Amino acid sequence: MLKITNLHATVADKPILKGLDLAINAGEIHAIMGPNGAGKSTLANVLGGRPGYEVTDGSAIFDGQDLLDLDPHARAAAGLFLGFQYPVEIPGVSNVQFLRESLNAQRGSRGEAPLSGGDFLRLAKEKAALLKMDMDMLKRPVNVGFSGGEKKRNEMVQMGILDPKLAILDETDSGLDIDALRTVGAGINAIMRSPDKAVLLITHYQRLLDYVKPDFVHVLADGRIVKTGGPELAHQLEEEGYEAVAA
Amino acid sequence: MTALAPLPTRKSEAWRYADIAALTRVWDDLAAPEEIAVPAGESRAMIIDTLPPSGIVRFDVTVGDSATFALHALVANADYGRVEIRATLGRGAHFELGGAILGNGDQTLEIVTETIHAAPNGTSNQVVRQVLAGKATGTYMGKVAVARDAQKTDAAQSVKAMLLAPGATANAKPELEIYADDVKCAHGATVGELDKAALFYMASRGLPPEVAQRLMLQAFIADAFVGMGDDAAREAIEAKALGILEGLA
Repeated sequence: MLKITNLHATVADKPILKGLDLAINAGEIHAIMGPNGAGKSTLANVLGGRPGYEVTDGSAIFDGQDLLDLDPHARAAAGLFLGFQYPVEIPGVSNVQFLRESLNAQRGSRGEAPLSGGDFLRLAKEKAALLKMDMDMLKRPVNVGFSGGEKKRNEMVQMGILDPKLAILDETDSGLDIDALRTVGAGINAIMRSPDKAVLLITHYQRLLDYVKPDFVHVLADGRIVKTGGPELAHQLEEEGYEAVAA
Repeated sequence: MTALAPLPTRKSEAWRYADIAALTRVWDDLAAPEEIAVPAGESRAMIIDTLPPSGIVRFDVTVGDSATFALHALVANADYGRVEIRATLGRGAHFELGGAILGNGDQTLEIVTETIHAAPNGTSNQVVRQVLAGKATGTYMGKVAVARDAQKTDAAQSVKAMLLAPGATANAKPELEIYADDVKCAHGATVGELDKAALFYMASRGLPPEVAQRLMLQAFIADAFVGMGDDAAREAIEAKALGILEGLA
C-alpha cells in the first residue's frame, strides 16, 4: 500500500530524514518508535505534505501513485489520513460543517456523489458514539476549547468519518488518560483493522500498543529505520531503552 | 439636498484615509448625512448590503433614552466605499455596529464612526472585520466620546483585519475621548493573515485550499453579524458576503 524508499527530507535546510525505507502492506499495522528528534513527526509531516518540509531524495508510492507529487488535499482524497500530534483549533468553523465539506470534497474528487446533510449526520453520530464523544462537541467549532484528550478523540472521530485507507497517527496517544487511551485504541481497531486498510502508529510509548497490536515495530533513529521486529520489540525498547536496542 | 460643505481633505481626521479623487467626483451630488431619530424606548435596525452608486453612505442618528439603533453594513464592490455614522446616545441607549469590509484590487473602503455617549448608562458595541486582497485599503476609524455626566457608559470596539496579499493595507483606529470617570471603554485591534497551520490541517482532511480559505474567512467575518436579531436578515447578508469573499483570493 505504501512503499517508502531512501527518503531524505530537510526542515529549514537541516537534514532530518536520511534514507528511510519502509513498506506497509494492506491489512498491516506498523508502529514507529524512537527517541526525541529522530524524525518521527517529520516523517508524518512529509507524508502529509506539510509546507516547510522538503523532500530532497527518495520516493513514497501510495497505491501506485507518487504521494509526494500530490497536494495535501489530494493525498487525503487518495485515502491518506494524518492524525495530528497537535490538532489545530479553527474558531468559528463547526466540526460538522468542516467534516461534511471535507468528506464531500474527497468524494467529489473521487467522482462520488456528495453525502446529504441527513446521511452525513447519521454517519457522524455513529462515529462519535464509537469514540464516546458527545454529539454536542461535534457541533462546536473545531477543537476550540477542547482538552488535549478531547482533541485526540476528535481526530479519531474525523478518521472514522473520512474512512481512509492508510492512517498515519502521530502520537495520538499523548495527552490521553487511561480510559481515553482504551477508547481511542478501540476506535483505531474498529475503524482501521481491516484487510484493505493499514495504519502507521508513531509513538513514544508501548502503552498504546497494548490496545492496538502492531504487526511490525520499527525503531527510528537519526532519520533512518535502524531496527524492525514484532510486538516484542516494543517491550524490549520499554525495558532497555532506545540506546541499548538501536545500537 | 446638496451637500454645501467644502470638499474634505486628508488633513481632516475623519477623511484621513479616504480616496479624495473618488470623493471629488461625487461630492457635489452627495446628500448630507441622513438624519434618523429613534424615539425613546424604541428600536431601529438598518442593514446596508449594497452601497449606492456614489459608494458613500452617511448617517447622523440620535438614539433616544433607552432606545436602540443597530447598523449592519457590508462595505464592498466599490472603488471607493464609505459608511459613516454619527450616533448620539441618550440615557440608557444602545448603539450596535457590525461591519464587514471586503476589499480587492485598488479599492479603498472605510467605516468611520463617531459615538457620542451624551447621557449616563449608555452602551455601544462595534465589531468590524476586514478581509483585504490585492492592493485594497480597508479602514476603520471609530471615535467614542463620553460626556462628563455620561457615567456608567459601556463602550466596546473590536476591529480585526485579515490581509490576503502583501499589497493590501488595513488601518484600524479606535479613538477614545472620555470626560466621565466611571465608564468602561474596551477596544481591540488586530491585523493578521490566515493561519497556515489551520490551512494545512484543513487540507489534510481533503479540503482544497480555496475551500479551506473560504471557510476560515466566512467564520472570521461572521463576528460582524452575530449581533443581528433577525436570523433571516443575518443569513441574507452572510450569503451576500460569501459571494464577495469567493471573488477575492
